[in-house]
Amino acid sequence: MKVLETPIDPEEVKELRVGDAFYITGTIFTARDAAHEKLLEMDKEEVPFDPSKYAMFHCGPAIHKEDGEWKVVSAGPTTSIRMEIFEDEFIEKFGTKIIIGKGGMADRTLKALEKHGAVYCQYTGGAGALMANAIEEVEDVYYLEDLGIPEAFWMFRVEKAGPFLVTMDSAGNSIHEDVADEVSKNLERVKSEL
Amino acid sequence: MNMNRDDLEKSLVEGIRNAVTSVTEETESSLREAKEREEKEGAKVQLDAILENIDVGKDEKRPICQDTGTQTFFIEVGTDFKWMDMLKDAVNESVKKATEEVPLRPNAIDPISDDNSGDNTGRFIPSIHWDIVEGEEALIHIIPKGGGSENMSKLEMMTPGKGLKGVKEIVLDQIAEMAGKPCPPTTVGVGLGGGADLAMELAKKALLRPVGERHPEHKIAELEEELLDKANKLGVGPMGVGGKTTVLDVKIEYAHRHPASYPVAVLPQCWANRQSKVKISSDGKVKVIG
Repeated sequence: MKVLETPIDPEEVKELRVGDAFYITGTIFTARDAAHEKLLEMDKEEVPFDPSKYAMFHCGPAIHKEDGEWKVVSAGPTTSIRMEIFEDEFIEKFGTKIIIGKGGMADRTLKALEKHGAVYCQYTGGAGALMANAIEEVEDVYYLEDLGIPEAFWMFRVEKAGPFLVTMDSAGNSIHEDVADEVSKNLERVKSEL
Repeated sequence: MNMNRDDLEKSLVEGIRNAVTSVTEETESSLREAKEREEKEGAKVQLDAILENIDVGKDEKRPICQDTGTQTFFIEVGTDFKWMDMLKDAVNESVKKATEEVPLRPNAIDPISDDNSGDNTGRFIPSIHWDIVEGEEALIHIIPKGGGSENMSKLEMMTPGKGLKGVKEIVLDQIAEMAGKPCPPTTVGVGLGGGADLAMELAKKALLRPVGERHPEHKIAELEEELLDKANKLGVGPMGVGGKTTVLDVKIEYAHRHPASYPVAVLPQCWANRQSKVKISSDGKVKVIG
């Protein structure tokens, strides 16, 4: 399976299609609801890191301090649809190319992915131990006091984190939409046989 | 014969640790079977990650999911059990200790002030369900329950005239509706009858029965099998990316109902079906099982 490195190469991301799976080596940052809101309120120049260079991970980690250093206990994805109200604006403003979460996102995000050559990837829900194992170091944390542990921006240096499955791509495809259509057809059929 | 309170708390912490760092044996084999069955690449990628994650959790004694859940206990206590006075306290204390030692994510929030207690305890939490049985022993089932799957629970006060067909429709509609959100493949608990409260409690209690084990009553076992088969024809698949495995099992419990009511409760457990048991014998010995 392919391993993508950060800083992210936008051309490489444009070529990704739904069904592709890959790993990441480099830096990923976490961002949940409050983190999106925080950055959207700020001027781009004030943001202490460049969100276009690294993959964004919808995650509120279980994390604690050991001998003065942050250690990740478990770090699976959180439900991405909560970020739907922010994501198109976030992509537009900061140029983020890889978004990782679970459960998929909706139309507004899909349009933004198309416009900006970005992808949404699903990381397996609950696979927090596997991710924690791929995190080599907590490089930094931003707005911890302001946002609290789950909502802060955690910068993780990762070695072969993943696998991440592309479920929404820059050509307007969405596995989540396709599966929803199929499930609703299947449901009607199964119920008609009761 | 005496029971050592420290031993009990240590065993309970160990039980919680076992629960959050692994899935039940039956769940794991069922997930491995699912992987053999799946053909689509996306479904396989999800199941591979799930299985690899289970291995990491076991090898490193690391919580498999960052959501270590609401600590939930089903306690069967004998009428002649001698240490009733310390049981509830010991459970509470062990949850606080486990939060530090495992560690667990602090998941107990005051719904009015929004303050997190920080130690997974609070008003009525940990959640303890008591069942009085005959004998001198106590059996404590530990089932940490994640928020993502709990959020997909449903209670419908069905019109009784809709009968069993109506029950099947409610369960299948809900499994389709929840799609990838409760982290499938799920184990789905179903509670039928009783009142609103009892139906929900039975749906959760049904999850204690191991994956793959059928209800002892034939009519219920048949209903479970039918719903399992039909749910897996919906095509939600592992983590909702499409595939043959949407649920690992359907577990049903029931109570007699009021003539005017037919409560149907559906309560999914994520693929991370985490459970453990602690047994206290009549001589005060404490043992962690699973």
